Amino acid sequence: MGIWIMAGVTFREAARKKMLWMALAAGVAFLILFGTGLHFQAKDFAAHGMSPVLRREISFAMLTMGLYAVDLLAVLMTILTSVDTLSGEIASGTIQAVATKPVPRWHVLGGKWFGFLGMLTGFIAIMVGGVNAVTYVMAGVTARHLVRGFLLMWMESVVLLSITFALGTYFSTLTSGVLALGLHGLAFLGGWIEQFGALTQTQRAVNVGVIASLLMPSEALWRRAAFEMQSPLANAMRISPFSTLSVPSMSMVFYAALYLAISLLIAIRRFSQRDL
Amino acid sequence: MSRASDLAIRARGLRKVFSGKVAVRNLTLDVPRGEVFGFLGPNGAGKSTSVKMLLGLIFPTSGEAEILGCPAGDVKTRSKVGFLPEHFRFYDWLTSDELLKLHGRLYGMPHALLRERVPALLDVVGLTPHRDKRLRDFSKGMLQRIGLAQALLNEPDLIFLDEPTSGLDPFGRRLVRDIIKAQRDRGATVLLNSHLLGEVEITCDRVAFIKDGEVVETRQLNGEDEEQITVSIRAVNVSREVVNGLFQWTPSVRSEGDRLTLTLLSSALLPEVVRYLVAKGADVYEVTPERLSLEERFLEIVGRDGGL
Repeated sequence: MGIWIMAGVTFREAARKKMLWMALAAGVAFLILFGTGLHFQAKDFAAHGMSPVLRREISFAMLTMGLYAVDLLAVLMTILTSVDTLSGEIASGTIQAVATKPVPRWHVLGGKWFGFLGMLTGFIAIMVGGVNAVTYVMAGVTARHLVRGFLLMWMESVVLLSITFALGTYFSTLTSGVLALGLHGLAFLGGWIEQFGALTQTQRAVNVGVIASLLMPSEALWRRAAFEMQSPLANAMRISPFSTLSVPSMSMVFYAALYLAISLLIAIRRFSQRDL
Repeated sequence: MSRASDLAIRARGLRKVFSGKVAVRNLTLDVPRGEVFGFLGPNGAGKSTSVKMLLGLIFPTSGEAEILGCPAGDVKTRSKVGFLPEHFRFYDWLTSDELLKLHGRLYGMPHALLRERVPALLDVVGLTPHRDKRLRDFSKGMLQRIGLAQALLNEPDLIFLDEPTSGLDPFGRRLVRDIIKAQRDRGATVLLNSHLLGEVEITCDRVAFIKDGEVVETRQLNGEDEEQITVSIRAVNVSREVVNGLFQWTPSVRSEGDRLTLTLLSSALLPEVVRYLVAKGADVYEVTPERLSLEERFLEIVGRDGGL
């Protein structure tokens, strides 16, 4: 019971602090901007009498770019919104009145986690769905494996949410935020090193990227999502900057799931055993 | 000696060390059910850490504690415990009505009961006109009042009040006293953590002085017979031998001119002392018991430097 009360409180806090509405407003603004860009692109296609194949590939590239921006937004949104929820309440003492109620501590943490999970799921679904809807209306194109891509992007956010929670049980808000963003930055850089390594066929550079993904598998999930969503031609011709050169395997996806579960377990264990 | 089942709080050798610094050295304490117990000590004496260990918020380095007969921190027992934290913070985006309902739900209280109890408690703490106001717009005193209401929501058997009058005006302090009295009348046990000696003296049945994380003395406040007193006696014809004879009742006697000052562990010993002096031929003109005030005792125990 306590877990759902805390999930509701987390949701209500986001709504009351206008966080939820601001995220939605930013999302709508993003979709308008994306739609406008796509609109002019489509007009240009008609003016230049571009071949349908090229037209389709450019539209796919625009879609992938839009989804990449959504992914970046989701990553930042996940870390920035959730980073203060544990460490902030521990530091301010707000948690004391809650943790002395007849509710196990893991319910408090689990409730907050589910609250953020609900919000992030909604946000990513709206944004991924919106970008695909706009591209379909403007250019007649949607992601190749939309559901698979959405689930991978969603999983990326859940991995980041769980590691942010785990860090929040050890460190202050600022330190947790720096560490979570730093880890994602590491994965981001590792991803690009892996791509370039694959391009120049430098196995050791590819290995560096894989190690970075093992430290933080978030970026690998995006690259797998991009691979699942972009056009087959772009994947085959290796003309997209995303994921075409070195595609993270399904083993990496399973590893990310394990990483997520362990992060959450560490968060629960630490929160249940630490002084508040 | 109380039986364990009669005790609301039972602590044995609780110790807490934070990064090599001892916050609570050795807390051993028995608080019987139904008692209003004061926890007195200077800043940094380990009062709040002790309370948090009893509540299961902080895990002791060693030692053990029981609350209402169950190990400290037991989740089920918390439904019978109320707590007002010292540095009191709540979700300030909630209204006072919403806050109480949220905490009531965390206590597992049914909606029907909350609909009845929340307005009643808001009335008790004088916040009915502010029931729909968000906590972020509350003054410090108002926050303290809503915190107090939150601590009483479940009609607890044991209530921990950590500096409950902090930020309150004289009306608020009076309210806290009245609330504590009402809780005692209801049969609840109250542990009052405070450094306001006057407040403790008025409200508590018994008090523990804590210094460097250790209970150095407990003192009964409502049973005068048990109380340590200082007596000033004006008498003549008191020989050195007679003065020395007084040590059978007192650990310290000071003799200056015709005045004797001695400390007795109980006021019940006073008639015996007077009988002894008269029997030894002393002419007794005046006997003035000077009860050592809580403040004097506090300063004596923690030292004039405030224990710093």
